[in-house]
Amino acid sequence: MEGIPYVPATPDEVQRMLDVLGFSTVDALFDAIVPAGDRLRQPLGLPAGLVEADLVEAGTALAAQCTPVTAAASFLGAGAYRHHVPAVIRHLVSRGEYLTAYTPYQPEISQGTLQAIWEYQSLVCDLFAMDVANASVYDGASALAEAMLMSWRIGKGKRPRVILAGAIHPDALEVCCTYGHAGIVRIEAVPPGPDGRVDLEALRRSVGPDTACVAVQSPNFVGLIEDLPEIAAIAHEAGALQVVSVPDPHACALFEAPGASGADIVVGEGQPLGLPISFGGPYVGLFATRNAYVRQMPGRLVGRTRDVEGRQGFVLTLATREQHIRREKATSNICTNQGLCALQVAMYLALQGPEGLREVAEQCHAKALYLKRAVDAIPGFRVPYKGPFFHEFLVETPCRAADLVEDLAEEGIFAGVPLSRWYPARTHEMLVCATETSRREEMDRLVARLAAVQGGAR
Amino acid sequence: MTRPLVTSGASGLLQEEPLIFERSVPGRRAAWPRPLDVPPADDLDPALLRAVPPRLPEVSEPDVVRHHTRLSQRNYGIDAGFYPLGSCTMKHNPRVSEDLAALPGFGGLHPNQPVSSVQGALRVMVELEDALAEITGLDAVTLQPSAGAHGEFTGLLIVRAAHEARGDARRRILIPESAHGTNPASATLCGYETVEVPAGPDGVMLPESVRSLMAPDVAGLMVTHPNTVGLYETHLREICAVVHDGGGLVYGDGANLNALMGVARPGDVGIDVMHVNLHKTFSTPHGGGGPGAGPVAVRAALAPYLPRPVIQRGERLAIDWDRPLSIGKVRSFYGNFGVLVRAWTYVRQMGGPGLSWASRMAVLNANYLRARLGASYEVAFDRPCMHEVILTDRRQRPHGVETMDIAKALMDHGFHPPTVYFPLVVPHALMVEPTESESLDEMDAFVAAMEAVARQASEDPASLHAAPWRSYRRRLDEVLAAKSPDLRYTWPSPEGSASGGD
Repeated sequence: MEGIPYVPATPDEVQRMLDVLGFSTVDALFDAIVPAGDRLRQPLGLPAGLVEADLVEAGTALAAQCTPVTAAASFLGAGAYRHHVPAVIRHLVSRGEYLTAYTPYQPEISQGTLQAIWEYQSLVCDLFAMDVANASVYDGASALAEAMLMSWRIGKGKRPRVILAGAIHPDALEVCCTYGHAGIVRIEAVPPGPDGRVDLEALRRSVGPDTACVAVQSPNFVGLIEDLPEIAAIAHEAGALQVVSVPDPHACALFEAPGASGADIVVGEGQPLGLPISFGGPYVGLFATRNAYVRQMPGRLVGRTRDVEGRQGFVLTLATREQHIRREKATSNICTNQGLCALQVAMYLALQGPEGLREVAEQCHAKALYLKRAVDAIPGFRVPYKGPFFHEFLVETPCRAADLVEDLAEEGIFAGVPLSRWYPARTHEMLVCATETSRREEMDRLVARLAAVQGGAR
Repeated sequence: MTRPLVTSGASGLLQEEPLIFERSVPGRRAAWPRPLDVPPADDLDPALLRAVPPRLPEVSEPDVVRHHTRLSQRNYGIDAGFYPLGSCTMKHNPRVSEDLAALPGFGGLHPNQPVSSVQGALRVMVELEDALAEITGLDAVTLQPSAGAHGEFTGLLIVRAAHEARGDARRRILIPESAHGTNPASATLCGYETVEVPAGPDGVMLPESVRSLMAPDVAGLMVTHPNTVGLYETHLREICAVVHDGGGLVYGDGANLNALMGVARPGDVGIDVMHVNLHKTFSTPHGGGGPGAGPVAVRAALAPYLPRPVIQRGERLAIDWDRPLSIGKVRSFYGNFGVLVRAWTYVRQMGGPGLSWASRMAVLNANYLRARLGASYEVAFDRPCMHEVILTDRRQRPHGVETMDIAKALMDHGFHPPTVYFPLVVPHALMVEPTESESLDEMDAFVAAMEAVARQASEDPASLHAAPWRSYRRRLDEVLAAKSPDLRYTWPSPEGSASGGD
């Protein structure tokens, strides 16, 4: 049809196909397929198509109504983190061979995706110091929910209770509750103690023989590093697993890895490792565990094997866990995951290497420390928690944090994320984050503006 | 058109490529941050720091480019050729949508920015929601789910919430035996027991079968429409009425929506809630296994249960978190936004008439292949189909040639095989879905290849058992992979003996 892109059939070809089928018109073919009463008799109520030039103009105009973080001094975090993405990543994942393939069901002609994912699995294992990682789940929050369900499966139903300890991102907590709706898993939250970290005494009291796992986020929602070895000890003493969720895996290049701190399942948000921040997605859930639990893992797994000529090759494996074989008895319903995002993570980790990753992590911390000390020194502002932290911290504000953030946004500063988004009563708190992308000049500008706000606070 | 057999090689030469770890040279690197412009940190207790750094490869940017260029060349994508993977809708992926999704005003937005600074992004989302509502014939849409199975999970939780809100908890759900494996897996995840509905002899579900299974504890029916054997569920209107009469709801798996745009609307027929795979019908790239997106559309009465937040309409768009009946979030933030931008782009470029035409041509192409391939292969249901057609190996099996052999042999002719051994209700299925973006000459070349394979099956079956010959790797030992799982790289220790990863 005239002007319809991506549909190559010419009127003559349409007629030739209809002739083969013995129908005179396309409509007649559909009359033979769809009952008359079901047919849509009017055109779809959608605008006519745009030619590419107009489409680009329309899309660009909408994008122009938005302020990207690159056009502002941004100190936003709370689950998504701005880091420099090496330019080459976008070019490599844009290669049509990666971009336009699907799940590698036919390994002989999918060795590219398969080897890249196997390398991704290996890199995630190294980063977390774990034995085995899957090919990805949707994002960090759903990864935590899947880890919770996996712990329950490992407990064989005799351990129905999942403990979510300390300051876990409220969105991730909510996703866990959504996944737990089926009622088989009992979710219990142990709130953080007065220092913003897991209340170890409360946790000790809560854990019992019915506990499948103790899940903890580190760095936690307010940026603090949790005492993972101690939490693991408390969990293990009760025969429960420790699940660790890592919101920005750069932290693992600076702080002790979860796998070396007793974790049984480690999940993480992969966005900070080379993905565009893209208004919240697509991101990628990292998921790793110990060898003993691999058969309870959700998601795809790539394994190394040999072809008939004895050459190294890669295939999807241990599929007997999965929905297309096990159906209602599968370990998860996941099918399409975040393949291309996992490739981006693999490329990022290779490009950074051990030195680059450590330097980025150290810079994140150094800059956040600089900013934290400066903000804490502004009269009226306070950083309540003094424990070890990575690159994000909570600030108490003298005025409503949401107003402050809106006002500063007008001046091209995204000052932080107001806590009232999740906790309506916590009106005077915000999360502030610095990464290696934050410049000293921007941080000084933020501090100067906050100091000025204090004078004329509304 | 005669097509030469493939030869190995994607770039003139196909080089062997080591693992990225085997390219590592101590001291090599590819990326540097800016020089630190603040004092180094002095606050951390050394006991908290990582004792053994992650053992990442040390490589240069040229290393990484070579590595991934060579690896990518071992992949078959739609860009390279016909990819008739049934039920996956491997249609052409437009590149203009890649460009638009990467604009800083979309790709550079932080999800926690003030809402005043993301109006254009929210506009894209509401326009996409409206388009999906119009196409499905439903009223409200969430864009949050990340994939089709994630949409199934979301939609079934909505069904569950709607029943529970009436104080009518129900524990079973009806699922046709031909359903994709994600359907029963999603139902289990939502706490439902599954009950299989048999298909009628002509491949579609019969109202009697559903009627006989409906009971007060049945929450509803989960139906793929058109179904997984590529047929329009001709009795669906009556079946939906049966389910509704029994107090149930009908969930539609929209994996095959590419056959229906502008043809018939699932909502009009009686489906109450359905997911849509943007990476299928709306042409966003499959990416070797994601990212996709699985928005869920519902009737107005079910809208209060949608995951939160929802976008509040108006001159200024807002994000509404105050949704007391919501099933809650199913993932972080608002969904796979970058995928949503690409789908919005596709809808705007195609327009209503273009989408309707795309569905018509997808169905015409599938029927053309059905007619042509029927000469050499058994067609499972030989009558007008929708967007895909199922063949079997019945005529080849007497020669000892099976579906898997046919699939592997097709690679030597330059084609990605169809989906094989699915759906399970058709033994030894080969499921062919051409989509509308394949041309007649491309399909004719595929038919010629299929016919050549059929001839080979009768003349030289042994050669097919060994296929493929020309791919970068030949048949891989999947039994070995599962028996002794080798799931990650282990660095050799300096002494040359293997060491553990942690």
